[in-house]
Amino acid sequence: MQGSQHRALALHGGVLAILFLLQFVLPPYHHTNFTSIMVLATYGIGYNILIGYTGLLSLGHAMFFAAGLYAAGLTVHYFGIDPVSAFVCGAVAALVFATAVGLVALRTTGVSFMIVTMMFSQACFLLILYFNDVTRGDEGIVLSEAARQIGPLSLTNPTVRYNLALALFAGALALCFVLIRSRVGRVLVAIRENEERVKMLGYHTFRYKLLALALSGLLAGAAGAAYALMFGYVGATFASIEYSIYALLWVLLGGSGTILGPIVGALLMFYLVEWTSEVTESYRIVVGAALVLLTLFFPRGILGTLREKRLRWLP
Amino acid sequence: MSLGPHLLLALMEGTVAAFVLALTALGLALVFGVMRIVNVAHGEFFMLGAVLAWAFAHLVGNPALGFLVAMIASPIIVGAAALAIDRLILRRFNYQPEATIVATIGLLYIIQQLVLIFYGPDARSVEAPINFRIQLPWFGYSGYKVIVAGIAALLLLATWYGIARTKLGLVMRATQFDSETAQAFGIPVDRVYAAVFALGAMLAAIAGVLIVPIKQAYYLMGLDPLLLSFIVVIIGGLGSLRGAIIAAFVIGISDGVISVFFSPNLSKILATLLVALVLIFRPEGLFAGRTR
Amino acid sequence: MAAVSFLETRALSRRFGGLTAVDQVDFRLEPGEIRAVIGPNGAGKTTLVSMICGRVAPSDGAILFDGADITRQPPWERVARGIVYTFQITSVFRNLSCFENVALAAQRALTLGKAPWHAIDQAALTSAVTGALERVELHERSDTPAANLPYGHQRLLEVAMSLALKPKLLVLDEPTQGLSEAEITNFCKLVREIAADATILLIEHNMDVVMELAQRITVMNNGTILAEGTPAEITANPAVQQAYLGA
Repeated sequence: MQGSQHRALALHGGVLAILFLLQFVLPPYHHTNFTSIMVLATYGIGYNILIGYTGLLSLGHAMFFAAGLYAAGLTVHYFGIDPVSAFVCGAVAALVFATAVGLVALRTTGVSFMIVTMMFSQACFLLILYFNDVTRGDEGIVLSEAARQIGPLSLTNPTVRYNLALALFAGALALCFVLIRSRVGRVLVAIRENEERVKMLGYHTFRYKLLALALSGLLAGAAGAAYALMFGYVGATFASIEYSIYALLWVLLGGSGTILGPIVGALLMFYLVEWTSEVTESYRIVVGAALVLLTLFFPRGILGTLREKRLRWLP
Repeated sequence: MSLGPHLLLALMEGTVAAFVLALTALGLALVFGVMRIVNVAHGEFFMLGAVLAWAFAHLVGNPALGFLVAMIASPIIVGAAALAIDRLILRRFNYQPEATIVATIGLLYIIQQLVLIFYGPDARSVEAPINFRIQLPWFGYSGYKVIVAGIAALLLLATWYGIARTKLGLVMRATQFDSETAQAFGIPVDRVYAAVFALGAMLAAIAGVLIVPIKQAYYLMGLDPLLLSFIVVIIGGLGSLRGAIIAAFVIGISDGVISVFFSPNLSKILATLLVALVLIFRPEGLFAGRTR
Repeated sequence: MAAVSFLETRALSRRFGGLTAVDQVDFRLEPGEIRAVIGPNGAGKTTLVSMICGRVAPSDGAILFDGADITRQPPWERVARGIVYTFQITSVFRNLSCFENVALAAQRALTLGKAPWHAIDQAALTSAVTGALERVELHERSDTPAANLPYGHQRLLEVAMSLALKPKLLVLDEPTQGLSEAEITNFCKLVREIAADATILLIEHNMDVVMELAQRITVMNNGTILAEGTPAEITANPAVQQAYLGA
């Protein structure tokens, strides 16, 4: 067991190192893309904890991303607080929100849980549009550059952004790593495999599921808050079903239940969508096709299949 | 217009909408009831019905004739598409609920985007096959809408008759009740599933054809009916057809009324929250009669 | 006999719609017993036992364990009290290794009654797991995924998981189903060893195993207890013979 642990640490450390070094070679366009991808991958890692490790398929995760996004964005816009506090606000708001949602939604499982999360998320999206006066609904709010300064560092500076995004991503990666190796992680995976058995082994499974949902929401919200602060835009699209589907897609493509799956998936889909939108306005067809093909032929995703065929130690 | 007539108008609009919703939701309820899967792309069948109706109206030229052609041809085409989807995709992973939901989400995107490519992003209207107004003391009301309600009612009755009285309906109900036993009795469950899926799609398509002279045909128009159908099926009790129809009227009419007097968004917010709460606290639905 | 029974049910019932699966059963178990529950299919044995473990909620009646009323307690709290259930249909975690399977159980035993953040001593966990696996003689397959084990070994793995929870009352639901003769013999030996530390409630159809292991037998039929007694008494009982023993 020890050998595989070292290999896993080396792999993940290596990935982070590569990402760090990439910033010096990437042309500006891709540099910004990677910043974006790392933040979105954090959202994906959060989602993966819920769906990949605990086996709870939620179709409404965008609401947690949006909670972080709006909490951070609105506090900066209306109260002028500094970015660091705004980030904390965003993350905490999402954590509290996820816990609240979990207390109610986790009374359902399977298909019902999917629908309930989808409905809650849709309601949030509609509420954001409904309170248009505050949230400026669809058009969104642009955060001023002046507001996005941390001391001498400006969040509009690509280098600052990139490294903060990397730090966020690294944090999420570390959290996920520690979680699944811990005894809590062991229980979550078991719940995914056979929840009733876990109950009969003496575990209060509701609490574990709630914890998974809370952590998952926290990461999603942290990503949302970071996104708002780094890119200076807060809009309702991020709360739409589409963003929930994206998370599902990245995780499925990269490999559900693998730590690096979300970033692999996010990276691939990002560029796939980019290239397709250069050709046609109907780029979403690629999203649809990917989902269908993945469920039919490739349910374990890239890293998942790799793990099964060759690299059994991949966490 | 004072409150009374305004309310009457809202009720009439709501009723027409409810009839169309009942057709669409019935399709979804059938599929869930017999196959136990959730088809997230169901609204796209509705949209396809509408878009094809526009295409036929355009081809044929004459609105009344075009409408008739559409009423027959649209459901057939959409039904065929549904059969293909069932055979090529749904059957492949044995109608597993979670995989089906993910795959049908993908199909939703594919169908929507294909329509976007071939039909374009515009909303296009179709002339009603018949143009007359029913004159009420306070306002004039479109005669076509009344006809829509009439046709929808006929179709609902026909479907009910088909399920309750014919052999095919009996086979479907047997499969719903216990698919393993049904198979043991020689019922070709696979074919029943294919037929049910196609029937569900066709009902949605017809609803789309009916609605297109009233609302315009547009590639995103499937999303609202999907949401509303979901709400209806869940509140009516997953698998209960009678519950779905009752719920369709309750929801269709209240949606109509709330949309007229308040904002349409508010009605949707309340509806989505209601669905979630029903699933959490009363999973059998509000009409807990399990049998049809 | 005013002594408090180890396990007691009072007028315990369970109805499923129109069907009464368990009908006002008064069942008592004394500490240290090996009790077998037998009866034809549909007699209510698994339902009764499921209510005792908390898998199924009773329609009526009460369950007392060690003097405390546990009727409303959820399964995980009953495990904390020492009631451990081994599934009729093997329910191991197929994609996890044997070690991981038992670790889940052992981990629970080590954290019972402690604060959530209390760190487990890894060495204690490993020794608890290895100990349980050794008792069922599976310690050499520790890293094998449970799905790759032959069926009989999967049953043993289930028992190992139950042992790791340090049961006071161990409920075995048709444990020898699907096992070979040799495996059954070993299993009986194992159960007798476990009985030294725990009370055993056993549902079985294999009459040889029942006669071999049980100190007392409870016969159920149509949701009620038909007869109770020693193996000799039960074999001689005409009502039992008629209902079940194939007379």
